Amino acid sequence: MKRSTLTMLVAAALLAVLPATSIAATEIQFWHAMTSVLGERVNEMAAKFNASQSDYVVKAVPKGTYPETLNAAVAAYRAKQPPHIVQVYEVGTQTMLSSGAVYPVYQLMKDHGVAIDWNDLIGPVKSYYSTGGNLYSMAFNSSTPILYYNKDLFKKAGLADKAPTTWDEVETMAKKLHGAGVKCAFSSAWPSWVLVENMHAYHDQPFADQSNGFDGLATTLKINGPFGIKMMEQLARGAKEGWFTYGGRLNKAEALMTAGECGIFMSSSAYIGNLTRAAEGKFTWGTGSLPRLSGFPQGNSIIGGATLWVMKGAKAEEYKGVAQFFKYVASTENQAWWAGVTGYLPLTNGAAKALEASGHYAKNPNQKTAVTQMSNGKTTPNSQGIRLGNFTSVRDAIEEQMEHIFSGNKTAKQGLDEAVAKSNEILKEFAALYK
Amino acid sequence: MKRTVFPNRWLPYALVAPQLAVTIAFFFWPAFDSLRLSLYRASPFGDRLIFIGLGNFQRLLSDPAYFRSVATSFIFSALVTVLGLAVALLLAALANAKIRGLAVYRTLLLWPYGIAPAIAGVIWLFVFHPSFGVLPYLLSFVTTYQFNWFLKGWVALVLIVVAAIWKQFGYNLAFYLAGLQAIPGSVLEAASVDGAGPIRRFFAITFPLLSPVTFFLFTLNMTFSFFETFGLVHAVTQGGPGDSTSILVFRAWKDGFEGLQLGYSAAQSVILMLLVVALTAAQFRFAEKRVTY
Repeated sequence: MKRSTLTMLVAAALLAVLPATSIAATEIQFWHAMTSVLGERVNEMAAKFNASQSDYVVKAVPKGTYPETLNAAVAAYRAKQPPHIVQVYEVGTQTMLSSGAVYPVYQLMKDHGVAIDWNDLIGPVKSYYSTGGNLYSMAFNSSTPILYYNKDLFKKAGLADKAPTTWDEVETMAKKLHGAGVKCAFSSAWPSWVLVENMHAYHDQPFADQSNGFDGLATTLKINGPFGIKMMEQLARGAKEGWFTYGGRLNKAEALMTAGECGIFMSSSAYIGNLTRAAEGKFTWGTGSLPRLSGFPQGNSIIGGATLWVMKGAKAEEYKGVAQFFKYVASTENQAWWAGVTGYLPLTNGAAKALEASGHYAKNPNQKTAVTQMSNGKTTPNSQGIRLGNFTSVRDAIEEQMEHIFSGNKTAKQGLDEAVAKSNEILKEFAALYK
Repeated sequence: MKRTVFPNRWLPYALVAPQLAVTIAFFFWPAFDSLRLSLYRASPFGDRLIFIGLGNFQRLLSDPAYFRSVATSFIFSALVTVLGLAVALLLAALANAKIRGLAVYRTLLLWPYGIAPAIAGVIWLFVFHPSFGVLPYLLSFVTTYQFNWFLKGWVALVLIVVAAIWKQFGYNLAFYLAGLQAIPGSVLEAASVDGAGPIRRFFAITFPLLSPVTFFLFTLNMTFSFFETFGLVHAVTQGGPGDSTSILVFRAWKDGFEGLQLGYSAAQSVILMLLVVALTAAQFRFAEKRVTY
């Protein structure tokens, strides 16, 4: 009696430990960093794929923020239990490319005979994530910074209902807003990404050597040139005079815009969704292209967001499922749906056309701002993207110095020089790792 | 000290084995792994591991920012420990008085300790946020000074010091309260009879008799402020503005877990570990002599 109870307990314990997968479908682990509404959309996408066929089950697992997700993948890979697919932010691109831990997407598709028309991908996305013309990771969620403005506050300050198009206009309008008692006349989320990385690319200025790291591992930042200094001096002046409010790192400043306190604001185009919900019934707002600094040439804004990387170490059968899933992700139908419900850029020209044809942009003109901005830009070696090793630390070094500049501790030149010196050291560490 | 004698030779070892296993698995093993890793330049996914000797330490010790971080950590730790203990002792003395509703006060005073550092950080973030916080709003009626800790380093530092003290307050209070109640009333009464006022009684009798508690709390709070305040800094200031709140443990985490510079981060944790071991040893060596048990 006693023994049989023990046996049953052991059997029950073993059953509990065994993974509860059905025998028919192959499970594919998809680790991502999408939270709240975006996380629900990812689940929806996986569910739709799972319902469309019966051979594979994609399990979408949220792993926290982008750095946390990358970290989880690193730990899992080292423990030899990597997920099949991991979503990595654009900043981690070079880390992934160099890692030797990934199965390039173009290769995966070729090996499994799945054809995707890569030429249909929109230019900036393709250039950012390709090496030697081949796509190494699956484009997934891409956005670019745009300008937002609060129409109610514009009215209060006696300004016309029109977004500023140059930095001179930003300054004059922000001064008027500030004069009218607006608490946050102008602010921006993602300080380094919007005000340094994108502004350099948008004005065809180099951010780092080796064509921003596309021709080889970059070891020197270029942000302390005349353009970078001019840009930072204007912002520092704004912070001192009160018409520019620094709202913190990452997207923390978005809280200011969401609360209806900012007149002019810059952030990712993917912020549209949150702002739409937050502003409903409280204030009206509009969007515009990023402002230009006169006297500098036209480049293009660059994309942020993330792509899907396939990790090495799984079975061929499972990779076949990954390829099928990617085919579904890239389909015009899925892309049009995804861009429509999230505010991310449609990744293919086909999807963009479909959104246009369905009248989606006519109904949601703000979602078209980013698309228009990017198609008006010029893709040059300076605006195809930025690919740096240890980019997270580099961005951190830049934002640290931006805070010193905005608080008046350092001049624009001093701060940028120090950001460059520190970043170069971080870049050299990475280059030494992969020399 | 009383010595327990076990009849079986192996029983005592068996009894400490689980604790030992936990300590080895979760402390010694990672610590040794950090020590090993600190001598390498390591890639995130482990495909490259280049031995560079003391290269990581050299990089750290030639970086003025690292010394700033060391200084920040010591200032932060000193403020949290000294101010935190002073406030806790003061309130414990008050809570030890015989007043109506004492149990309620005591419970309320102990509460903050039940909160995780990260949650404490979020609460303080809401109270102090320059744009939508309650306190800056109230302060704006009194002064036009902008307490924007997104840009003012000293405000940010004060903020996390206060938050850390508040977080650790309940724990300190509990120990002081217990210590105070263990002081025999007869000694204090005798002092009163001899004409000692409340302040004299406190410094001549209560405080010396509390010295073991103070010593214990001092060591514990110092360790707390060096290590466990990570969640707080992470939630509130992210080390900024500039690097004004970038304490050592946060820096090591940021370079390792966000920056994925694993060897460099391991070197930082090795230095941090050595610092705290040295500080604790110094306290036992010098400060404990002043403690009367």
